[in-house]
Amino acid sequence: MPDPTSKQLTGWAAIRKGRQRRPGEWLVERGIFLVSLSAIVVIFLIFAFVGNKAWPVLIGQTDSSRAFKAIPVEDMAKHTPKELQAYLGVTEKEWNEMDETARRTLMEVKVEEAKENPTDKDAGLDTTTWRHLLWPHQWTGYDKPEYIWQPVSPISKYNIVPLIIGSLKATLVALLFSVPFGLGAAIFVSQLAGPRLKEWLKPGIEMLAGIPSVVLGFFALIVMATLCQKLLGYESRLNAFVAGLALGLAIIPVVFSIAEDALTSVPRSFTQAALALGSSKWQAAWQIVLPAALPGVFAAVVLGFGRAIGETMIVLMASGNASIVSWNLFDSTRTMTATIAAELAETVVDGHHYRILFLIGALLFVVTFVSNLVADVVIHRLKSRLEGKA
Amino acid sequence: MTPTNLVPKLQAKDMQPSLSIEEQTRHTPLIDLQGLSLWYGESQALKDISFFIRERLVTAFIGPSGCGKSTLIRCLNRMNDLIDEVNIEGKITIHGHNIYGDDVDVIELRKRVGMVFQKSNPFPKSIYENIAYGLRLHGVKARSDLDSIIEQSLRGAALWDEVKDRLHESALGLSGGQQQRLCIARAIAIKPEIILMDEPASALDPIATAKIEDLILDLKKEFTIVIVTHNMQQAARISDYTAFFYLGELIEYDPTAKIFTNPAKKQTEDYVTGRFG
Amino acid sequence: MQNGPPARGRHFRAEKFDVASFFFSGLTGLATFLILAMLAVILANIVYHGWPAFSWRFITAGTEKDMFDVNKAGVLPMILGTTARVIIMTIFVIPVGVITAIYLSEYARPGSLATRVIRGAINNLAGVPSIVFGLFGLGFFIAFVGGGLDTLFGNASPKWGKPALIWASLTLAVMTLPVVIVATEEALRAIAPGLREASLAMGATKLQTVIQIVLPQALPGILTGGILAVSRAAGEVAPILFTGAAYYMATLPKSLSDQFMDLGYHVFVLSTQSPDIERTRPILYATVLVLLLLTFALNLVAILVRARVRRRMRAAH
Repeated sequence: MPDPTSKQLTGWAAIRKGRQRRPGEWLVERGIFLVSLSAIVVIFLIFAFVGNKAWPVLIGQTDSSRAFKAIPVEDMAKHTPKELQAYLGVTEKEWNEMDETARRTLMEVKVEEAKENPTDKDAGLDTTTWRHLLWPHQWTGYDKPEYIWQPVSPISKYNIVPLIIGSLKATLVALLFSVPFGLGAAIFVSQLAGPRLKEWLKPGIEMLAGIPSVVLGFFALIVMATLCQKLLGYESRLNAFVAGLALGLAIIPVVFSIAEDALTSVPRSFTQAALALGSSKWQAAWQIVLPAALPGVFAAVVLGFGRAIGETMIVLMASGNASIVSWNLFDSTRTMTATIAAELAETVVDGHHYRILFLIGALLFVVTFVSNLVADVVIHRLKSRLEGKA
Repeated sequence: MTPTNLVPKLQAKDMQPSLSIEEQTRHTPLIDLQGLSLWYGESQALKDISFFIRERLVTAFIGPSGCGKSTLIRCLNRMNDLIDEVNIEGKITIHGHNIYGDDVDVIELRKRVGMVFQKSNPFPKSIYENIAYGLRLHGVKARSDLDSIIEQSLRGAALWDEVKDRLHESALGLSGGQQQRLCIARAIAIKPEIILMDEPASALDPIATAKIEDLILDLKKEFTIVIVTHNMQQAARISDYTAFFYLGELIEYDPTAKIFTNPAKKQTEDYVTGRFG
Repeated sequence: MQNGPPARGRHFRAEKFDVASFFFSGLTGLATFLILAMLAVILANIVYHGWPAFSWRFITAGTEKDMFDVNKAGVLPMILGTTARVIIMTIFVIPVGVITAIYLSEYARPGSLATRVIRGAINNLAGVPSIVFGLFGLGFFIAFVGGGLDTLFGNASPKWGKPALIWASLTLAVMTLPVVIVATEEALRAIAPGLREASLAMGATKLQTVIQIVLPQALPGILTGGILAVSRAAGEVAPILFTGAAYYMATLPKSLSDQFMDLGYHVFVLSTQSPDIERTRPILYATVLVLLLLTFALNLVAILVRARVRRRMRAAH
């Protein structure tokens, strides 16, 4: 056919330049993708670097009993500086700053110390094993096996059970306090309040999340502790109960916003159908919306749990920090997070105490990781189910 | 397939009294669809569609909601590429170039196939910048060039007189009809050969709609226009050819006069007479 | 509006008055009210007790005299320290967070494995306890990166391999990454899809569309993300306990490798380490007030901007 559009044809041939002729953009887009992997990289790094410090404890490479077998001063040369540093309990920096005489003196002191070491059966014990981390042991002077966390003592006792119980106690109080409040408010805001009221209530509750936890800890320590003691008349001013209440304040916004989100994602048509059948707003909320959103409420509780068990400053300031094994909520208590915060600065880098604190950190990481994962999956399922129905 | 062997096929059907032989040579087939099928995941949205669209005419796609007409028009500038899980079979050629070929640069294609959407979507910039954006993308940088092309295209879209004194005010301050004409001006500024319009007047009042329709009749002197519309009077008023789709299939494609007065298929007749859809 | 009252009356009669409904609705309302009341009590308490010691002298004086003395102590070094660590954090977290959000919103295929893993990682990162970030900062930034730098430069005594401003800031940047990503992504999703289509249909590439059309629109959202991250980080203490905060410093930090004093940490120090808590109470309250003002001002701005973004999103879709 005659080609009246030959000029355009060359123009149109230009569309067939091929796809990848913008190397600059291609590079930038690759770059965007790589940067977006940062969150994965960070999670991996946390896992690697916290886990790395805790690993020797996990596989039993640490031995706390070694410190009690004195090394004669004349045998110094037989050991590497690293070993001697661990033995003497000094950091590498301190070791480097000491001259030979100072080192020898320290060695002699250590030998003297070793002579005064308790010679009972516990002295040679490796208290960093799983056995001693988790199970009770009848220490010299005790009449029954006990769970004891006492890292700074002639024989370091690293039983983490008191800390776990402490964390659970504070978390339990926090959940008992925050779930009814958070959920109640979520039902009210999402189902019962009018749109105008809602616009005021939501930011109000979100503001609670804006209070730094150190301020809540301060408030618990200075105001709530005294007030609660006066009201309830218990013995120790700082305890799991007070810490739990303050912790509850911190996680109310978490429970509230997840639950509110879940309740809101239930299609409006559910409620309208119920209202059309003559049920009250409350009945619609309680009988129709809440059951539909129940997994979301569960996720809210799980996330609240994860947040509470990982919170540090509040429990550090308001729980009293005594590592006692007791289920009494009004006893002074010590949590895992507070223990790390309070003790890490005092430990020898890469010593047992240091590593066991990292182990506790790794444990916290795993617990929150799992609770996040569970909440995530539950919310995801809930949303796709509701959207499918809607 | 070349346009020449398509013309006899159409003649064989003998359905276009409105287009003389002379006109046929002037309006040669430009876009040629061959066995086009499209799937969204598992569900098939377009089923084996073959026809051609003539240049510098208005071709309307009509049909009930969900018939695939919007999906089809978005195939013509490959906007469907943006959606994952879309699978396309068959060919669309423009000037004999398969736009779904492996060597096609979508950006170059879209410079040549402009589009106006159902919901007017001016950028939240000034009127001037709305048009300048596309021009700059395609290498027009000099201020004087920009000024003259922008005036030209606003005149082309019958908008110049209304906005010449406020070119640097936000486009969002325009009325719905003006916004839509700005979108048309924006599209014609980069001098495409084809303009796709996806229900461009469906959100407008009758007066604004009339202006857009006049504009379309004016634009077809220079551009090949494909328009999707819900409004059958609109299709009858402005289009030269009409394609009727139903459930992803092309039911009938003929000169508009024939579709509306003497359709070949029962389904077409039912639809254009308002019996369903 | 004239039919308002009678219509409502009818509605009320149609809805059976039900004691249980009334009671339980009231209960949820009460819960909401009590939460806000507790918030109000805390704020009122802090303002009431903090106000007397809160003065121009207090926020502009240093601590060189006596950090526990009501008449001499000031919080300027802490304000500066907290500001510095937050600014440095922002410099690192905003670009990474925004770029990640761009990937997720503009490029990622929703169901793909990569997207799911990235989202999972972000969600998990948001839930990692702050103290674990502190351990991470110590183990990774200080021991690994800092120690590595010292070995590289052959420093005899650690210059980088110790707690420092830069490490505290980086630890916080890692911690607030999810906040920035989520806020930015929300802002990106609030942009009408029509704008992207319009740009692409004019022959813009995806990158041109993102940079010239999408990003300018998302600016308020990016700002919100930044502010939220800053306000969250400003009050955090646990992650900086081992990575940079100092109990006391005679001078202000001069370089990134110096330690710094910090408002939040100072609240902790004043409330737990004071020799005489009764005497220290006024400055403790005033310090808390300063910290709250700082974080709340930021939060308020973020909440307002976000409310605007959300309204626009509803309008766009």
